[in-house]
Amino acid sequence: MTRVSVKVDGTNYEDEVEPRLLLIHYLRDRLGLTGTPVGCDTSNCGACTVDLDGESVKSCSVLAVQADGGEVTTVQGLAGEDGEWTGLQRAFHERHALQCGYCTPGMIMAARDLLRDNPTPTSDEVRHALEGNLCRCTGYQNIVRAVLAASGQEVGT
Amino acid sequence: MIPPAFEYARPADVDEAVRALADAGEEAKVLAGGQSLLPLLRLRLAFPELVVDVGRIAELRGVREDGDSLVIGAMTTHHDVIRDPLVRRHAGLLAAATATVADPAVRHRGTLGGSLAHADPAGDLPAVVLAMDGELVAQGPAGRRTIPARQFFVDYLQSALEPDELLVEVRLPKTDGWGFHYEKFHRVAQAWAIVGVAALVRRDNGRVAEARVGLTNMGTTPLRATATEEALAGAGDADAVARAAESAAVATQPSRDTSASPEYRAHLARVLAKRAVLAAAGMG
Ligand SMILES: Cc1cc2nc3c(=O)[nH]c(=O)nc-3n(C[C@H](O)[C@H](O)[C@H](O)COP(=O)(O)OP(=O)(O)OC[C@H]3O[C@@H](n4cnc5c(N)ncnc54)[C@H](O)[C@@H]3O)c2cc1C
Ligand code: FES
Ligand code: FES
Repeated sequence: MTRVSVKVDGTNYEDEVEPRLLLIHYLRDRLGLTGTPVGCDTSNCGACTVDLDGESVKSCSVLAVQADGGEVTTVQGLAGEDGEWTGLQRAFHERHALQCGYCTPGMIMAARDLLRDNPTPTSDEVRHALEGNLCRCTGYQNIVRAVLAASGQEVGT
Repeated sequence: MIPPAFEYARPADVDEAVRALADAGEEAKVLAGGQSLLPLLRLRLAFPELVVDVGRIAELRGVREDGDSLVIGAMTTHHDVIRDPLVRRHAGLLAAATATVADPAVRHRGTLGGSLAHADPAGDLPAVVLAMDGELVAQGPAGRRTIPARQFFVDYLQSALEPDELLVEVRLPKTDGWGFHYEKFHRVAQAWAIVGVAALVRRDNGRVAEARVGLTNMGTTPLRATATEEALAGAGDADAVARAAESAAVATQPSRDTSASPEYRAHLARVLAKRAVLAAAGMG
């Protein structure tokens, strides 16, 4: 067992974990933060994307012990204290950027990572930024539109 | 899936990491960015007894100049390589090729050293470092040694590193004034190259003075397209470049898999070599 201390969505945690425990399993099974899903076994789908120390990562491809001393933000940590959504979350809702919703936490975390760096991306830049996130339902069009809308740009319907 | 159980060490410096590797013998694995190792563990394709996490060793990160070379720490992430001003100025081919690797989240974790040590012939960066005539610096219990890229890639997923050696840095001769291009053919975004071609061209009076061409996924290791390189010397127009590219698949042994037959890979190598060299020579 190895001791880890991590801050997740603003709360500090201290735990003993097996070194083989993946960050995604730590978040879901130990902390009960099931808002972040697992979609694959091959690090391809991006459903599990969270922020680790200010950068998007696939939490199925990081060990919990690698996050020791770090700060994690999951999709559950985005809304304000009063539960109010961020502009990006609202845009996903308003633009119908989801159907089953399985990819949505990862899409939002990946899009958030893009907008931090590039506040007004082109549609092409949005597509490239989301290349590590698979959606089996929407065909991506509304996801791209939602990200563009969240960046304050005009988008058609 | 859940990885198999292993012991975990997080050394603070290179000496401590090498000691941990030496003590564990063949049963230890270095953990860099984990973007190849963790998927392997999850699929239970690797069973190390000890994982040595070198992620906190500050001396392994960063880029510096050393005369005519650029020295890049093994733990420098893909993301940092792409943005580094020294890399962009003196090793543009590496920056351009790294931008095609995987996706942003993987690039935040994955490292240059990990990509090279992994020695996957489908990886983009081995062929680039080979084309750049790079050198890899390894540290083991007996000290440091420098391995030319031409000797580093031994076989499929096999590098010249000994089990108790850590790759510490990559030295690239600066390519100021050279044109460069990485041409990657993949089926979908965020996929490995079916074939990739890395081209570096130095021009003189509108002609190709010198060219170096690296091939991704055309054998069990990255390769140099030597026949094409020789045929390119003196090429003055697009037709001459196209003729030289015809020999890009000479002396290669491309594999067969669900994406491509060896014949198709050979065809791709010729087409992509032409595109890559034309772009690098500014004739495209
Ligand atoms: C979804 C996905 C898509 C990808 N697409 C591409 C792609 O298109 N092109 C591409 O090139 N790569 C791709 N990759 C791989 C990616 O580039 C990895 O970052 C890289 O292969 C390994 O780097 P790492 O730092 O993550 O190494 P790790 O996974 O930590 O290690 C890989 C191997 O190298 C060894 N190792 C690592 N560092 C050292 C060192 N300093 N000394 C000695 N041994 C060491 C480890 O023991 C292990 O065997 C992809 C990965 C994923 C998950
Ligand atoms: S669960 Fe698919 S990338 Fe992490
Ligand atoms: S909404 Fe179903 S996978 Fe994207």
